[in-house]
Formats: sequence, C-alpha cells, structure tokens
Amino acid sequence: MNTKATCPPKLGERRRKALAERTWIVAAFVALVSFTLHAQVGYDRLLNAAKEPRNWLTYSGGYFSNRYSLLTQIGPANVKNLELKWMYQAAVAGGWQTTPLVVDGVMYLTQRPNDVVALDAKTGRVFWIYRHQLAPDQIVCCGANNRGLAILGDTLFMGTLDAHLVAIDAKTGRPLWDTQVAESKSGYSLTLAPLAVKDKIIVGVGGGEYGIRGFVAAYNARTGREVWRFYTIPGPGEAGFDSWKPCPPAPENFCDGDAWKHGGGSIWVTGSYDADLNLTYWGVGNAGPDWNADQRPGDNLYTDSVVALDADTGRLKWHYQFTPHDKYDYDSVQIPILADITWRGAPLKAMLWANRNGNFYVLERETGKFLVGRPFVKVNWSNGFDERGRPIQTPQPPGQPTWPGNQGGTNWYSPSYSPRTGFFYVPAWEGYATIFGGTPVEYQEGRNFGGGINRPHVPVPGAPAVPGLRRGPINNWTEAAATGAVLALDATTGELKWRFAMTDVTDSGILTTASDLLFTGGREGYFQAIDARTGTLLWKASLGAQIVSGPMTYEVDGRQYVSTIAGLSLCVFSLRDQ
Amino acid sequence: MAGRFFLAFIFIALAVDVRAQQAHPGEYAPADIGYGARLYDAQCTTCHGANGDGVGGVDLRSGKFRNAVTDQDLTRVITGGIPGTGMQAFKFDAAEITGIIAYLRNMNAFDRGSAKPGDSSRGRVLFEGRGGCLRCHRVGASGSRVAPNLSDVGAVRSAASIQRSLVEPSSQMMPINRPVRIVMQDGRVINGRRLNEDTYTVQVIDDQERLVSLTKADLREYTILTTSPMPSFRETLRAEELADLLAYLLSLKGATP
Repeated sequence: MNTKATCPPKLGERRRKALAERTWIVAAFVALVSFTLHAQVGYDRLLNAAKEPRNWLTYSGGYFSNRYSLLTQIGPANVKNLELKWMYQAAVAGGWQTTPLVVDGVMYLTQRPNDVVALDAKTGRVFWIYRHQLAPDQIVCCGANNRGLAILGDTLFMGTLDAHLVAIDAKTGRPLWDTQVAESKSGYSLTLAPLAVKDKIIVGVGGGEYGIRGFVAAYNARTGREVWRFYTIPGPGEAGFDSWKPCPPAPENFCDGDAWKHGGGSIWVTGSYDADLNLTYWGVGNAGPDWNADQRPGDNLYTDSVVALDADTGRLKWHYQFTPHDKYDYDSVQIPILADITWRGAPLKAMLWANRNGNFYVLERETGKFLVGRPFVKVNWSNGFDERGRPIQTPQPPGQPTWPGNQGGTNWYSPSYSPRTGFFYVPAWEGYATIFGGTPVEYQEGRNFGGGINRPHVPVPGAPAVPGLRRGPINNWTEAAATGAVLALDATTGELKWRFAMTDVTDSGILTTASDLLFTGGREGYFQAIDARTGTLLWKASLGAQIVSGPMTYEVDGRQYVSTIAGLSLCVFSLRDQ
Repeated sequence: MAGRFFLAFIFIALAVDVRAQQAHPGEYAPADIGYGARLYDAQCTTCHGANGDGVGGVDLRSGKFRNAVTDQDLTRVITGGIPGTGMQAFKFDAAEITGIIAYLRNMNAFDRGSAKPGDSSRGRVLFEGRGGCLRCHRVGASGSRVAPNLSDVGAVRSAASIQRSLVEPSSQMMPINRPVRIVMQDGRVINGRRLNEDTYTVQVIDDQERLVSLTKADLREYTILTTSPMPSFRETLRAEELADLLAYLLSLKGATP
C-alpha cells in the first residue's frame, strides 16, 4: 500500500504520528479480534455450530443434535471416489465410542481410558496427548467408555471414568482444573461428552447398574465449581418422589423401602439445548435394579424419561416417561433430536426420539406434550398408548420372549435428522428379544445391582443361548438372534420410509449431509454411504473391525473429510484427487 | 486339572431324560446336576464336606448363600473367591460352572443312589466306531471337518446340551453352524456349513472341506437350513451307550485351559 498517496499533503508530523499509532492500534485490535474469533470457540459459535459446517464443535454437531452437516462437496455422484486419507491408531483395546471435535483444522478426541488427543485434522499428526490418571478404585459399568469432549473458549472439557470433570487447555493439553463430580468407588462414572452452554459445562453421571442416584449437574467453565444439580431420582419433598411408592405392609416378595436412594437414572449420553427456550434436554437411564421391578413399586421417576431443565438453574420444566416402572433395562440412553418441523400444517418445535423400548416418539419440546408414539421394531411389552401418552404395558409370561430385547430396539448410538428429507434415521436391532427374569437384590455400595437374569431369545426350541453382546468378528448371533438395520422414519409420523438391512446388528451412529448422503457403520466393519432419500447403498469400505461410534464430517482448506472409528483405528476419508 | 478324571462318570438315569432341560432361568437339567455332583466331590468337599455344611455358618444345602443371590453371583464367588476367607478362586470352564451351580441349587433333592456313571473310554470306542461320529466331526487330528470340531466340546457345552444334541441334534445346533445350500449365478451348487456371514458376503466350509468366501451378489440362491444333517441316536443307542458317549464328549476339553 502506498501510504504517501493516502496521507494528507499538509499533515503535521505529530498528527501523522498519532494517526499512525491509531492505525496500529486498530490494526492490532482487528488482528487480535480476528485471531480470537479464529482460535476461540465462544458460546456464539456453539449456538451457530450447525451453520459452521467446516467445524464439528459439539458431540452431535450442534445444540439440536441432528448430526446433519451442510457440507456438500461429497455427494451421491462422487462418493464412490472416497479414499482413505489418514488413520490414527489407539493403543488401548476396547470399544472406541468417541466422536471427535474439529476446530479450525485441529481435531480433538478422547481415547481409552481417559486420554485427550489433539491432532492435525488434515494429516492425523499429533500435537499433544493429555492422560488423566484414574483413581485405582473406580468402578465402571458396561465398558470403560468415553464418548467425547466439549469445547468452550480455548478449553476442552472431559468427563472421566472416575467421575471427575477435567478442563484442559486446547493449545497445550495441560489441565486447568479437575473437579470431582461424584464418588467413583460407589459406581459413579462419566462416559458422556459434556455439553457447554453459555458459561457452564453440563454433565450427567452413569452407574445405574451399581445402584447410583443419578443426576445432571452444571459447572462454571472457568472455575469448575458446581452451579446447579438436578437429581434424576427425586428425594423426599421433591416433585416426583411419590412415584417411588412405599412398600406394602407385608409384601409377598422382597421390597426395598429405600429404593429411591439407589434408584439409578444414569445419564449416559449428551443432552441437547434449545437457546430460545433456554432448556436442556437429557435422556435418563433405567431404574435400579435393572430387572427386578417388584422391589421398587411405582413409576420410578425420572428413570427412562426425558427431562427438560432450565439451562441456568437446572430446574425441571417438564418430563415425559417413556417406560414407567421398567423391568427391561429400557433406559432412555438416546440423544434428544430437536427439530422445527411442520406438524398437521402448523410449525412445531419438536423433539424426535427413537427409544430403546422400540417406540418412536414425537414430543412438543416446549411443554413435553406427547404427540406421536409408534413402534419402529417389533414390540410386545406394550400395546399402544393412552390419551396422555402413557404406554399400555403388556408384560409377557415368565419364560416367554419380550421384544425388543435387553439391548433395545436401539441404544446409545446417535441417530440423525435431515431437514432436507424430513426423515429421522435410526440404527435398529430387529427381530431381537430377551427372556427376562427378575430376582431380588439388596443394595451394596459398589456391587452390581442388576437383580435378575436375562438371555437372548433364539427361536430354536431348547437351543443353547447365543453368546453375549460383546462378540468378535464372527457373527455367531446370526439372523436367529437379531439383525441390524438403518431405518428412515417420517419425522412427523414415524412411518417407515425405507430400510437398509444389515445381517449383523449395528452399534454405529449416523451422519447425514445436505447432499443427501447418509454415513454409517456397524458391527461388520463396513463404513457405508447410503442415499438418504432412498436407502440405496452408494459406497462402502471394509475397515476390518466393529464400528461403534458416530461418523462426523468437517472441512479443512476447502476439502471435506468424513471420519469414523473401526476397532482401534480412526479412519478419515475424502475424495480422491482428480 | 485335578478333577478331570471325574469327567468320565455320568449318570445313566440322567442321560436318558432329555425333556427336562434348562429351558428357563432357574431350572437345571439332571445331566448338569449329575456332572456338577462329580465336580463338587472332587473340588469342594475338602472344605465344604459331602453334605455342604463343612464350613462353620455355611450350609450349601439350604439353597441360601451369604454372598450370592443369582447364578451370576455364584459364578462370581466360585471363580473369584472371597478375599479374606478360605474361599479360593476356582478355575472352571463354562460347562463345569454350569454343572456346579446346577448341583448347588439341587443338593437337597439330588439322589446319588439312583444312577450309575457313564464310562468315557467305552464312549470313545462308540464315538470312533459304531457311532460313526468321525465321518463328519473332528477330534484332535482325527475325523472330518465338515461338521463342527468337537475337540473342546466338553468345555464349551454343558452336559445337558451335549446330551440333547445326541437325541435331538437340530435343537442344539448353533445358528452360525447351520447348513447352507448355495447356487451360484453360473448354476454351480455349493453345500456346506456356515462359518460367518455379513451383509455382503458369506463364508462356509463346503462338503469337500474347502474354505469358501462368496459375495452374495454373485449368488442365485442362498438357503440356510434349520435341520441338522446329524442323525438322532435316540433309537440307535441304548441308554447306557448314550451315557458313555456323553461321558466321553464331556472329557474333551481341547486347548481350553
């Protein structure tokens, strides 16, 4: 720039100097602001995360948890040209359920047991690794999993298996604060990705299978101090406590008069947030003990429910219970999908939910009003709903199979909603049943609190039970025990629009994009791109190990990437150079 | 393992009752109870005594256990022991655990005098000879690979399950082992046993013992059969012979420690 040409010809030296100084200050301020904007993830960016598709700023890609990206470089016509660009290998065996965040070219992810890794999203090269030291006496139900991170400003937040919440400098990987959320030796743990809202970090605890009393809690993002706590199992004097009914005077079977004290209600996955309503929504886990409901009379609120909490105070605005008095372990361990849809000709602030209990729901998310409930897989534990949306339960006789089985019609795997197609996409277990049997169990701190026996139903009389849930690369469940599918449901009615069948069941989440692509994996280790409108397979890659996480997408330097995790390998794809 | 020689003894009376199997949680098959009784005698009587009351304050025959309510609890106690007490951790395979628990749940009702044990060496002669089992199955280095390998069947299947296999083979066939009939697009027919399957492919061992992996898109027909090609021995073997055969099969622990 030619400064001479722009300077006034008769400007005094002092004035010129002052102007130059001012220009410097302005330039520096602009540079600082633009750097800050570039480097920091403020609340505004989180609020508009879905409009910033080059990045993946929250666990589910935005507060509405749609797992829907506006990126369109990869589309139905060229998806066949996807190729593997880089891989990152974890060192610790076990299911790797995390969804990475990507912020301006840097990917942040968790790996077992409670590491955080920062790496170059273009190449997979590592910047730093933070390793959280776990308490030796921690007890974790259902796998030492971690599902991911939250970011706010320049700070990452991770929940840990020993029930801590840790803040980490995103640039250096150094811990900033470490807050104990709950007592890990009693079975409390944090496996979910935290949710950052305004200046707070919101988490919930897992551990229902050890008889915890679940809660959601918010922490000051700067200090780590607890701001509010909402117990998912209400105590005496609190609304909902009367759903934990007292035991009859002379119960026929074992009845636990203090059932609420270890009533479960875990929070296994991240909630969603509606800024206009200032409500956060959380799916609450099963009651404890899982299967012997007889010893905890009543509906057992707020287990198996969705709760809507004021983001500033944690106060309960409304709840809806999907499975009252659950004896099937049907916890509502699903991501609440928020969508603004048209329903019966009028705009509706909706919540879409395919529940572990086999039913798809549409709720009005301002009040929790029940609008639609409809099975998406075979269901025989209930048969329809009353006018208030309460399921009409039809328990099966002892020894007879219950559909869906213990793992549910779906589980924690992230669904997706595409506003372009209007479809809700859910990973489903079909033809899957369990024979349940409850047995009395007394609560002991840190001990398993299942209270029963259950086994997968195999429709061959007297056949040996099929192996447990955790299986290797051989599908020895086969069609006899269950098959998998991606189901596309009409978001307003739950009507099946198409079905993509898989031979084995699937624990993979789903990603959709504005080019009408759907990405998903499964236990078979295939990473697949499917036409989101028709369910037609467009591309697949065999990655050689189970995919038990949710795919996500991002863009760096004008190139769109899609990532998934198979076994111990994080695999990142983009289009082949032409 | 010290108790291995006991595996040769299975009770005849138990071997012929194939109806009262463990159809539901909480029910225990006579064959498992009998198997468990022999294991109990070999492994547990030193401390707990023949009547289950050898440890002060513990009466196993009562059906109530201080540290266990469910069968899963019992498994945990048996395989993990109880720290700080004389209850050590025991290394049992799945079939043995099934038997031990079945026996513990039925100590009171079990009548030892009503049955005689099977003989595993006689069972082996049957297995390798008149039974014709090696025509399809394999144990160690002998036999065919067409049907499932039985080298460790005594570790992975319960006594009740093996017993039932002998008289109702289809009822105990694991779904993954189901026979398949495949017709390729060019008309070629492949008969075999399924080893694995996914959405796009299927892996089988064919009737010529070849490992074959096929892409489903290349198949004209793919039929999964639910009837086992194995014959039932209900009518062709006497009760004593079935007991002998069961005793032999239970002795096959393979490489499983």
